[in-house]
Amino acid sequence: MAEQARIEDLHLVHVTKSFGTFTAVDDLSLTVPGGGFFALLGPSGCGKTTTLRMVAGLETPSEGQILLGDRDITTRRPYERSINTVFQSYALFPHLDIFENVAFGLRRQGVKGAEVEQRVNAVLELVELTALARRKPAQLSGGQQQRVAVARALVNRPDVLLLDEPLGALDLKLRRQMQIELKRIQSEVGTTFIHVTHDQEEAMTMADTIAVMNAGLIEQMGAPAEMYDLPRTAFVANFLGQSNLVHGQITGRDGADLLVRVPGGEVRLPANRAADDSGGLIIGVRPEKMRIAYKDEQNVNRVRGEVLDVSFTGVATQYTVETPWDPDRPVTVFELNDEGAPEVKAGDNVELVWEYGFTFGLDGDDDLDAGNELAAEAAEVAEAADAEDE
Amino acid sequence: MVAVLPSGGAKFEQARVGRRKSTPYLLLIPGLAWLTVFFLVPLFSLAQTSLMNARQPGNPDAGFLPGFNVANYSSAMQAYLEQYARSFEYAAMATVLALIIAYPLAYFIAFRSGRFKNFLLVLVVAPFFASFLIRTYAWRTILADDGFVTQFINNLGLLPDHRIIATPIAVVAGLTYNFLPFMTLPLYSSLEKIDVRLIEAAGDLYAKPFTGFRKVTVPLSLPGVVAGTLLTFIPAAGDYINAQLLGGPTDRMIGNVIDSQFIQIRDYPTAAAMSFVLLVTILVVVTVYVRRAGTEELL
Ligand SMILES: Nc1ncnc2c1ncn2[C@@H]1O[C@H](COP(=O)(O)OP(=O)(O)OP(=O)(O)O)[C@@H](O)[C@H]1O
Ligand SMILES: [Mg+2]
Repeated sequence: MAEQARIEDLHLVHVTKSFGTFTAVDDLSLTVPGGGFFALLGPSGCGKTTTLRMVAGLETPSEGQILLGDRDITTRRPYERSINTVFQSYALFPHLDIFENVAFGLRRQGVKGAEVEQRVNAVLELVELTALARRKPAQLSGGQQQRVAVARALVNRPDVLLLDEPLGALDLKLRRQMQIELKRIQSEVGTTFIHVTHDQEEAMTMADTIAVMNAGLIEQMGAPAEMYDLPRTAFVANFLGQSNLVHGQITGRDGADLLVRVPGGEVRLPANRAADDSGGLIIGVRPEKMRIAYKDEQNVNRVRGEVLDVSFTGVATQYTVETPWDPDRPVTVFELNDEGAPEVKAGDNVELVWEYGFTFGLDGDDDLDAGNELAAEAAEVAEAADAEDE
Repeated sequence: MVAVLPSGGAKFEQARVGRRKSTPYLLLIPGLAWLTVFFLVPLFSLAQTSLMNARQPGNPDAGFLPGFNVANYSSAMQAYLEQYARSFEYAAMATVLALIIAYPLAYFIAFRSGRFKNFLLVLVVAPFFASFLIRTYAWRTILADDGFVTQFINNLGLLPDHRIIATPIAVVAGLTYNFLPFMTLPLYSSLEKIDVRLIEAAGDLYAKPFTGFRKVTVPLSLPGVVAGTLLTFIPAAGDYINAQLLGGPTDRMIGNVIDSQFIQIRDYPTAAAMSFVLLVTILVVVTVYVRRAGTEELL
């Protein structure tokens, strides 16, 4: 633990990157905690790669500063930074064998014979590739190449390791396996990992801290569970998991709770979970926090509706329910298929309930659909990639 | 281990595999026929000629008889060893010079030329729009004694003979110029194939730009270097136009000897023997070179 404390934070301070008139990264400020596993999550084209490239030194920010601890590294050349990258395409040197690929960075830094040998072997052991040291990259599988790319970067013991969608090219099963593997490696070496991905599930399983990025800006940053529990923008609510959202008006306060009028009823939520305490508010609740009431319950929010669709997904059942909130925007409910699950079919009238404390309140000016299509698109892309791999 | 095939019944696939086995051989037929008629047959007749006996020794005009006169080789080599050695010397110099000029040029076109890339490539092959002979004649004018180039370099005191034309410099310059596109194009194509992310990765792994160039760009462009040097060296070693038009009497190359033996003196056995020696030498040089360069591993 004491050792982890020594690892420096990485700061991006008002960083902007423009290509001509197009702003790929817009006034981005971000602190990446040292020694942690940090995920930069966002839809395609939001500027993740550009941000990483600026940290690596492959791109110079148009404005702003990048600091490692208190050293300004904004204008340092890539070879002058103790930061290494695992490229999306791996970028292994095809003319060198695995050992020499991994040794490349050490040799450039002037590390000598026996130490090179020892460090390369140690890191190859870490990624379990010792047996393949004398193969050429073209003779390895995708997952093995990916591990070589990680080894080649890690062997230099960088302050920060950047991973640009390193698992994007792998099939689903291998991807899950590599997620666990990477997480293990990170906790073993204790280096700061910045992992770029557009797969929200991947970000949530792997990272200690997630920053959700959208159109060149950071929407929200925090621990996965925290962000999932209390999203601060509609984009995050939709992109990180799924949410039921509805516009409402704050009507008053009852102790620590706010009362909000929504179409067809009233909703109560803790004031500290709301973005505002007067005026318009978007009310949100996660589908799995809602349940279909089959007995009388107290101290819960309620909404009545008609079941449009029931789909069984194995572990859970998903209900689509039309409510007075917005007839065009049916509410989604996930019910675990345990004993409590009620017998409900399409066309039934039901009452949905959820605890006050699970409700969150977002800025009333947000777009209810922000991040929604994008989440769908990202899932599609990921699925298509999986299908291709099979 | 069967390659991925589009779906289909097992029988169907077997039929396809059967057909596929013979297809490559069928495809080879036109090429093999061509090689037989235009390469193997002439080669055989050349070998035969190189071993013929003169009807009257010393008088080639009297004609030749078939035979097995191996001495043709030793006497030809004795007589023309100088030109023979000079050919390889000039060809080697021209190849090295062409490589030195073409590498930066190809590098620039591949990585730095932006939207002018195609235009520059057209410029590289533009000389081919005029005939080899005419271009070499043009060099006579360019390098002429009273020409601007010669005067300028001479004024710098760099010319021991005070001239360029009819010196080895002119021949090597002509060879370099004439074969430069054959060096540039393969270099360009292998440089252009290099994934720039590899060069970025080298920088990310602490290689300064020049080290990255040395450790990544150069090794990955080796196939182009090998192809380019072969395409330059082989025709340059056998060339006689440059030596004839740009060189002096003391700059003759083996091509000139073969040319004059065949066309003027009509000593066919000697000419054929020299041709054979040239062919075999080039073959040996190329084989050794390709082995040493180890390009199989790179491709
Ligand atoms: N060199 C460049 N010139 C012009 N525009 C660029 C350049 N590099 C990136 N962009 C633009 O900047 C935006 C952000 O690109 P970036 O590669 O950072 O996206 P990303 O978040 O990594 O997306 P993905 O998930 O698809 O990899 C994109 O709209 C892209 O078109
Ligand atoms: Mg990207």
